[in-house]
Amino acid sequence: MIVDSSSPAPAKKSLLLSSEADLQRTQTPYVTGTSVIAIKYKDGILIAADMGGSYGSTLRYKNVERIRPVGKHSLIGASGEISDFQEILRYLDELILNDSMWDDGNSLGPKEVHNYLTRVMYNRRNKFNPLWNSLILGGVKNGQKYLGTVNMIGVHYEDNHVATGFGNHLARPILREEWNENLTFEEGVKLLEKCMRVLLYRDRSAVNKLQIAKITDEGFTISQPYSLKTQWKFKAFENPTVGAEGSW
Amino acid sequence: MTKEQANWSPYDNNGGTCVAIAGADYCVVAADTRMASGYNILTRDYSKIAKLADKCAMASSGFQADVRALQKHLEARHLIYQHQHNKQMSTPAMAQLLSNTLYYKRFFPYYAFNVLGGLDSQGKGCVFTYDAVGSYERVGYSSQGSGSTLIMPFLDNQLKSPSPLLLPAKDAVTPLSESEAIDLVKTCFASATERDIYTGDKLEIVVLNAEGTRREYMELRKD
Repeated sequence: MIVDSSSPAPAKKSLLLSSEADLQRTQTPYVTGTSVIAIKYKDGILIAADMGGSYGSTLRYKNVERIRPVGKHSLIGASGEISDFQEILRYLDELILNDSMWDDGNSLGPKEVHNYLTRVMYNRRNKFNPLWNSLILGGVKNGQKYLGTVNMIGVHYEDNHVATGFGNHLARPILREEWNENLTFEEGVKLLEKCMRVLLYRDRSAVNKLQIAKITDEGFTISQPYSLKTQWKFKAFENPTVGAEGSW
Repeated sequence: MTKEQANWSPYDNNGGTCVAIAGADYCVVAADTRMASGYNILTRDYSKIAKLADKCAMASSGFQADVRALQKHLEARHLIYQHQHNKQMSTPAMAQLLSNTLYYKRFFPYYAFNVLGGLDSQGKGCVFTYDAVGSYERVGYSSQGSGSTLIMPFLDNQLKSPSPLLLPAKDAVTPLSESEAIDLVKTCFASATERDIYTGDKLEIVVLNAEGTRREYMELRKD
């Protein structure tokens, strides 16, 4: 019997070239949030998002708060990977803390926070290790309303109404038709609920448990979770095979 | 074992068209304000033009995050230049800086298609046109971006620029007046908007001349 000569000890692979480095890079998201939509209204900004955290096609978490305050003047809404959102919240915490430690009476406004987030997202994209999120940043400072968005590759803009993910396809067209700059709070909420209802009907990852957040010069409120009324008993959907029996 | 494939791209094309025309004592730099992604319009009011120096403006289309990073980089470099030399950068100097900045990222490019327009140190209009990795030349007029294939031939026809290969070198700047050049730009964009889905919403025109800088807007079709 011939005995193999023992193989040499495996060479130490460079951390940068081996697949170990790839384990450090986000390749796919795991727990994700779906659309966030936001509008400017008369007194400030309104942001709406549901409370779902999907694990692929499973609706795994149904109590995820996807809208959070940032400092005194802003709210952030996030879709995409929830763990990356949590890390962004940690970054923002540090940002606001350092700003407050100057103790100079000045505080970061929504425009500045949005710019910071844009740079963070773009820099991570440059290193091929993105934060897998689309973010909405809205707020009011000294009467000036601001609403912006930034996504995982750093594309960013501000507008009177913004949305992430499916919201771009389903909600933006409605907002383009029905938004105006003098919306009252009630009108704004009704408009967002209309959009969220459409998303609920047509986005597979949407859940019927949402929060609407408001921010004005006076401060912010994030509503308690609630559900939208839905209508499923349309005549056209009853007895669907009548007149066309078959497998499809 | 097959190599792992990435399922995301670091690039996106946010569309848009840019044009610049050089005159005897002015320069016109124009771009639409539509920002798109795939078949979506993200926003109808996003400026693609950055004023880099007193007499120098850059219009860029392509991947918006890269365009913005490029603008910020050049603005920062210009500020340093002003601190070190106590003067504004000339347009040809900025042109070289832009080329070098683009080539610096030759192996992970800024996906930005630029036209640089301004006045040279003689006060004459100059336009520089670029590709994504910094290849550039001084021309009398140029267009870049999604509508450039529609606009460039039209500009060639209307502005009849002499060949840069001629000896003695003939001036490339157009003999058109400032208002005629602006009219031409408006015509270009109105036409490009008809056939290019990424061009439309609004046209922003920046005019640089001896008096300073002027901005003009024109509505474009929103479909």
